This record gives sequence, C-alpha cells and structure tokens, in this order.
Amino acid sequence: MEQKSQPDAPLVEAIDVGIARPRSNQLIVSHVNWKVGAGEFWVVGGGQGAGKTSFLCTVAGLWRPAAGVVRHFGEDLAELSEQKLLRLRTRVGFVFKGGGRMLADLTVAESVALPLYYHLDWTDEQAGERVKVILQATELEWAADSKAQDAGWGCQQRIGLARALALNPEVLFLDEPLSGLDAHDRNWWRKFLETLWQGTPLTEGHKMTLVAVTNDFGLWSGGKHRRGLLRGGRWEEIGEREEIAEIV
Amino acid sequence: MSTVMLESVSGTEAAETQAVSLHRTFLRKAGHAFIRAKDDLHGMSAFLIITLSVALAKIHKAKKVIQPLIRGQIQRAGINLMPMITFLALALGLVVIGQTVFLLHNYGAESYAGTVMASVVVRELGPLMAAMLVLARVGAANVVELGTARALGEVEALEALGIDPVHYLVVPRVIGMALAIFSLTVYLIMLALFSGYLFAFIEGVPLQPGEYFRQLAAALLWQDFVLVALKTVCFGVLIAIVTCYEGLAAPLRLEEVSRATTSAVGKCIVGVVLLDAAFIVLYFVI
Repeated sequence: MEQKSQPDAPLVEAIDVGIARPRSNQLIVSHVNWKVGAGEFWVVGGGQGAGKTSFLCTVAGLWRPAAGVVRHFGEDLAELSEQKLLRLRTRVGFVFKGGGRMLADLTVAESVALPLYYHLDWTDEQAGERVKVILQATELEWAADSKAQDAGWGCQQRIGLARALALNPEVLFLDEPLSGLDAHDRNWWRKFLETLWQGTPLTEGHKMTLVAVTNDFGLWSGGKHRRGLLRGGRWEEIGEREEIAEIV
Repeated sequence: MSTVMLESVSGTEAAETQAVSLHRTFLRKAGHAFIRAKDDLHGMSAFLIITLSVALAKIHKAKKVIQPLIRGQIQRAGINLMPMITFLALALGLVVIGQTVFLLHNYGAESYAGTVMASVVVRELGPLMAAMLVLARVGAANVVELGTARALGEVEALEALGIDPVHYLVVPRVIGMALAIFSLTVYLIMLALFSGYLFAFIEGVPLQPGEYFRQLAAALLWQDFVLVALKTVCFGVLIAIVTCYEGLAAPLRLEEVSRATTSAVGKCIVGVVLLDAAFIVLYFVI
C-alpha cells in the first residue's frame, strides 16, 4: 500500500474527454476538462440519464473514453498496456452503485481480502488483521462470514466500500453512494467519507481523494466539497451556492 | 401470343426469378455464416493466445488466490463427475463388447475383443465421451456463470480492483478442465476395459484375463498414450476457451446469456469433433 502520488500533481485529469456508453458511439457528455488534485473531495451531480455513471466509469479508467485523454497520476491510460493499467488501478478504488457488484461465491471477509491476497500476497494473518480493521470501521463485522448477496441491500454498497478500501487507494470513486438509503445510513456514509477525506488510521493517515456522483445535491448539503455538474451533455464546475433544483 | 401462352411464359419467368432469389438467399446466408465462423475463429484464437500468455506471465502471481480456484475447477469438472463417468464407462464397456462379440462371433473371432476395445475405447470413444460429459455438465454452466457475471458487472468489479479477469476467471478454468478431462478419460478407459472384459466373461467368450490384457497391450502403441494425453488436454483447453469466450468476450445482457450458452455448446461440439478428426490424421502420420 505504498503511496506514490506527487503532492501537487493532479491525481486524475480529463482532457477534452468525450463519454459514451459501452456498445454505443453516441456521446452523452463531451469536452470534459477536469483536474482532481490530491486531497480534494468532489461531488458531481446530474439528472436522470445525464451520464453520471458513464462519466465516473470513464474518469476512473474502467471505460475507455470515446474521445480525449484520461490521465491517472500523470499517466495517459490509453497508452498503458492492460497489465500496467491493472496495476495502476490498485491505487484507485471504485464503489459501484446498487449492490456494489459483489462476487457471488465469496463471503464478505473473502471479498475484502481478495485484493490483499491477489496483489500483496499477504498471509492469512496479515490479511485477516486488515480485513478485521476494515470491517470494524465499516460496521460490517457481523456479516464477515455471510455471502454479500445475503446481506441486506443497504449493506451491499457498504461491503463494496469495504472491498474498495482494502488496498488503501489514493483516490476513491463512488457511484451514487447515498441513493436509496434511509437517513441513518446516509448520515453514516457522509460521516465516514468525511473521515476518509480527513485521514484516519484506516487510510494510514493520508487524506483520501474522493469523487462521488449524485442525482441530488441536497443529500450532500453542508459539506466542503467541490461541485461539478453534468447538464445537457456538458461538464461544468459549479460553486457551493449555485442552486441545483433545476437539474433534479 | 395467346393469353394461355403469356401466362405460361410469365409463370416460367416467375419460377426462374424465385429460383434465382432462393439461390441468392442461400448464398447470402452461407456467406454470412462463413464470415461469422471466420470472425469467431479469429476471436477465439486471440482469446486463446491472451489466456496462454497471461497464464505464463502470471504463473507465480497470486498463487494464494489462483491455486484454490484451479483446485475448485478440478473438483467441479473432474471429481464431481466421477459417479456419472463410472456409469458411462461401465455402459461403454458393455455396449462395445456386446456389439463386438456379436459381430466377431459371426466370423469366429471373438478372441479379438481385446484388440477392438483398445482401438475403439482408448483412441476414440473414451476421450470423446469424457469431453462431451464435461461440456454438458460444466462447459454450459461456465457460459451461464461468466455471462451472468459479465452482465451483472462483476467482471468490471474485478478490473476495478486491478484483478485481471482472464487470470482470475479463465486461467483456472482452462487448467482445471484440461486436467479434469485428461484424468476422467484415463479413469473412463480403465473402467470401460474392465467392464468390457466382465461382459465378455458373462457372455462366455473363451478369453482368459491374461490373453485379454495381452491383446490390449499388443494393440496399444506408445503413440496412443502420448496422443490420448495430448488430445484430452486439447479438448479441455478448447471447451474452456470457447465457453469462457462466449461468456466473457462480448458484453452480454442477461437475456442474451441463454443464446450464448447454446451457441457455445454447438461450437464446442463442432470443435471437439474437428479436433478429434485432426488427431486421427495425426495417428496415421506418426
């Protein structure tokens, strides 16, 4: 879990990026120019069908952009071999929306331990210790030995968060983490993300860079995050006070 | 020209036009099928090369994760199929000997039963039956599992964790299925040869065990052992590659998984038969 980012260099950079869904050539967002610096917390909003998930998957490097360049830690993702790309992804975490896309045949503890075994070749003792710490922090100890699918819907995304944190990534992308949750869980998520952003023992003290997309800025009110907006196929940065009611 | 003649001429022209149209439709369909087959072959060859290169490049990587997956595949495609393969082996021995004894009896040559068993069971039916069983029980399930995983985004989740989906999902299946089909074939052949003798004994064929096994040993050459091993490993690799390719290579929707499964099973059967034919040629060459 070695951290290699330069303090002032953008961790994620999109240069004139065009975004399309897989199996489609039709651009849903175009001309995205955006930099995410170390320690920033971005919330990107957009209405239904604005292309939030596509945007997030593309800037996170999971999907290839239809146009333009996406850089992570200064490296152009399009120029990296598949193996280098996979290695770079260990420095980036991603929490999928709606169930977290958990692997069906693994328990919660195994899901969290998987990247530790795969990338770091840790012993059972080392991995077990890290998994315990993460499950404690995410309040999922009770589910450690259950299959992720057997946990409640609200928990699955939290399991996805636990899994994404296993390698202590420098940047964490979250796809609508607050959607569909009750007030208690929303509060928990907001507080937890705030602590990641501030730096905790879980992140070995470093301030995690966070990028979340949402269809409701109201869920994120009061935070000190920077805000972006996807509207009419365009990306723009907006200020804290700009009203977003018109887009949701 | 009379009306009857005109109608007759126009009827002939219509029939000719229809024949030409049918001919063109057939050619178009055949052309499309050929292009699809060529594209599939190209895609699967590339997938095979990628899989082999990943398996070699990452032979020492993540053993703690990959080795249990390989063991799981051997369990699934090998050990779990042993009851079924036992049944098939017993039936195969009985059927082959039953038919052979009946035929050889007409020529007074029942004592060649062992030689026939070696040729039929060891070289052809044993490997083919093991491969078909693994295809039916595990290959089809592979497509469903991988297609569903792809449709539900689990493959993307692996990529997000920096885990190579080919390394995690395909390599264990290829190794597991190759080893499983090889082992099942050896088991099936031995059991079929034994059950064949049992049936011959019950039918009263004047064949001593020593003579039966001497015939078997005489009929088998060193090439048989090498080629059976090679053939079964190739069957395993082929079934694993085709089923994984159909499940993973193209993004699927859930409703497309069943179509991909039937398509994969059909391609595997054609591939296994063609590969078997290639090995028959190889038998004659070496």
